[in-house]
Amino acid sequence: MRTAQTTIVPTVDDPQAIRPFEVQFLQNDLDDLRQRVTATRFPEKETVDDNSQGIPLKTVKAIAKYWANDYDFGKLQRKLNAYPQFVTEIGGLDIHFIHVRAKERNALPIIITHGWPGSVLHQMKIICALANPTSYGGKAEDAFDVIIPSIPGFGFSGKPNATGWNPTRIASAWIELMKRLGYDRFVAQGGDWGALITEQIGVLAPPELIGLHTNMPAAVPAYIDRAAAFGEALPSEIPSEERQAYEDLAFVYKRVYYAHYMASRPQTLAALADSPVGMAAFMADFDARGLELIQRAFDGVEEGISRDDLLDNFSLFWLTNTAVSAGRIYWENKLPYFSPKGIEVPVAVSVFPDELYRCPKSWAEVAYPNLIHYNKLEKGGHFPAWEQPEIFVDELRNALRKLRTTKRSHENYSITI
Amino acid sequence: MKSTENTMTMEATEIRPFRASFSKSELDDLRRRIAATKFPEKETVNDFSQGVPLKTIKQLTEYWANDYDLDGFEDRVNAYPQFITTIDGLDIHFVHVKSKEANALPIIITHGWPGSVIEQMKIIGPLTDPVKYGGKAEDAFDVVIPSMPGYGFSGKPTNTGWGPDHIASAWSELMQRLGYNKFLAQGGDWGALVTDQIGVLAPPGLMGIHTNMPGAVPAALDKAAFSSEPAPANLSAEERYAYDQLEFVYRHVFYAFYMASRPQTLVGLTDSPVGLATFLIDHDARSLELIARSFAGQQEGLTPDDVLDNVTLFWLTNTGVSASRLYWENKFAYFSPKGVKVPVAVSAFPDELYQCPRNWAEEAYPNLIHYNKVAKGGHFAAWEQPAILVNELRTAFRQLR
Repeated sequence: MRTAQTTIVPTVDDPQAIRPFEVQFLQNDLDDLRQRVTATRFPEKETVDDNSQGIPLKTVKAIAKYWANDYDFGKLQRKLNAYPQFVTEIGGLDIHFIHVRAKERNALPIIITHGWPGSVLHQMKIICALANPTSYGGKAEDAFDVIIPSIPGFGFSGKPNATGWNPTRIASAWIELMKRLGYDRFVAQGGDWGALITEQIGVLAPPELIGLHTNMPAAVPAYIDRAAAFGEALPSEIPSEERQAYEDLAFVYKRVYYAHYMASRPQTLAALADSPVGMAAFMADFDARGLELIQRAFDGVEEGISRDDLLDNFSLFWLTNTAVSAGRIYWENKLPYFSPKGIEVPVAVSVFPDELYRCPKSWAEVAYPNLIHYNKLEKGGHFPAWEQPEIFVDELRNALRKLRTTKRSHENYSITI
Repeated sequence: MKSTENTMTMEATEIRPFRASFSKSELDDLRRRIAATKFPEKETVNDFSQGVPLKTIKQLTEYWANDYDLDGFEDRVNAYPQFITTIDGLDIHFVHVKSKEANALPIIITHGWPGSVIEQMKIIGPLTDPVKYGGKAEDAFDVVIPSMPGYGFSGKPTNTGWGPDHIASAWSELMQRLGYNKFLAQGGDWGALVTDQIGVLAPPGLMGIHTNMPGAVPAALDKAAFSSEPAPANLSAEERYAYDQLEFVYRHVFYAFYMASRPQTLVGLTDSPVGLATFLIDHDARSLELIARSFAGQQEGLTPDDVLDNVTLFWLTNTGVSASRLYWENKFAYFSPKGVKVPVAVSAFPDELYQCPRNWAEEAYPNLIHYNKVAKGGHFAAWEQPAILVNELRTAFRQLR
């Protein structure tokens, strides 16, 4: 089988123990992957000269060629094992995570959640800068203890064999994970599914949570979200920034049928488990700006995401055979992607220009009554930790600095009943 | 486009005989890929709500690898006379079977997605030779069954513009080229949209059309169902049932919206035969259940061989993506009236995406010559219930003869 193997045998006595984990891919699996990539049968060229029919054949072929001929299949395992990884069982499921402790005593624990089509690889570029700021242009007092879990069905976490692992349940598993690691105060961060999960941690608001940061805020007023989804007209009196965000969203809703498809028929995407290039093409086409960025990378202009970044991520999906199991999170989810969830805890928002929609401050203020930070960045898209790690780390340092003196969130509230 | 066509060389309108032929290496590659299939894990539910169950995928794979007569596929396709002619620069493949009866009515029958001429093969004999199949000599048809552009042995468009209206005008040209100055048209799924567009074009020879997926949903209701709004209160029970069917459909046809938006991204369909098969059999809830029962050993309507002949044709012609582009090309609403004025016959099958009430059909088609709710059958009427569809066509068109 082409699952990775742990070097540590799980202790049957205590599945909730935190077990060290190392990735070990089998050579047969790597050989099979390369052979399949080489044997790919392609479709004919699209009938347009742009990206409007999906990923152009030229891009698909460039990905396949690089994967088969230039990609170093041994590197992924070394890259993953460069960080301490662990597995612990929560709610009957093995949860894999990276855990890097800062050497600074005042380090703020942060749990960072990836999205789709993502993995812990999306966050690897920010680990050192967060955990060891003095070596990466920061100050000792900006240090974080970093926890990066794999969402159930993704990477080295277990694949659920029953329903129920929706963002809310994952959020509660993350809270349990942080407690199990001994943290009595922490912050949470995420984009894409990571944003939905992080917001659910915010909704659950355990006393240990002192705040959260999102780079994909769910802050769209419900009527605007609906209008964008069904192509309905907007009221004429609306600020231009909000109209722009509406237009971003309307564009997104016309293009995110991959999300609706996986929400409806994830198991029917069996081709993604059988065709590595088919899987890569499907995953490379997650949003318009992201696809353009990927195309530039394969055209030789690497800015943000390199070809190796992409193929590491695709190879991880392939080698763990998680394309379909990851797709099921869309099926499990019942929450709207972009509407407010009712979060009272302190929230920091970073708005990246190539994100699915550019959240206006006015919406963030309404969605998050306790908004502690809002900033529009110059560069970056849907996966900022992967694309623009330095900007992203800067944001986290600035946004969360004011929370460092907070002990536990409930002590911060002055709610009178 | 037609005028350009007419100025081209004489060969441009010639009709060339065609026979399917596949090399041993193509068949061996397919066998090898099926045997090497990597499967996903089992779904986390005990029903079809997450898509095709792993058990069905594995049964299909096992049958395709071990029991299916792949070597005989070519002969099965070549059982009927086939031709190719170039229309508007594109090779159009079609099956053409003439009846021996003198009064036979020419009919052009169009398949849908995920379909091919294989969908219509069961009705060729009864339509062209009714006496042999329980009918009367005066019910005979000359049958023309084209492959849509991007499907089967027709050419794959290299430019945009081959939507249902363009296909309809090509079909009209095809019937002229075959020397038919009077003809009928029939279809379901995309074939219904193409056939409705032939009706809209209303070329001089068109006598009437038959559809088993009428575009007849009142536009306001169609929009409401698409947006999952509550059903309007004034609907009859029959309308309410159709509305609920449509509302369900719109929450389950994301394959259609996906292909309309990103057809080229479905590279997995050209690289994985089992992935292709899985995607194709998950067309709609009722037909998936029918196919799953078939692979589980309970055959009614569609056999495993029927299903795999169709998938094998998609695979060997590498048309998984090119066929999808029809969704991208289309600019018409799937289910709303298109303004067809010619005589129309409607057969409403119970397991169709929606079962069209008579009053909707009457409004959509002012010249409704036949409406019937039949007892059995679904989205692929000709494939699933050929005898019922043949009976419908005979009855519906008798009055036009």
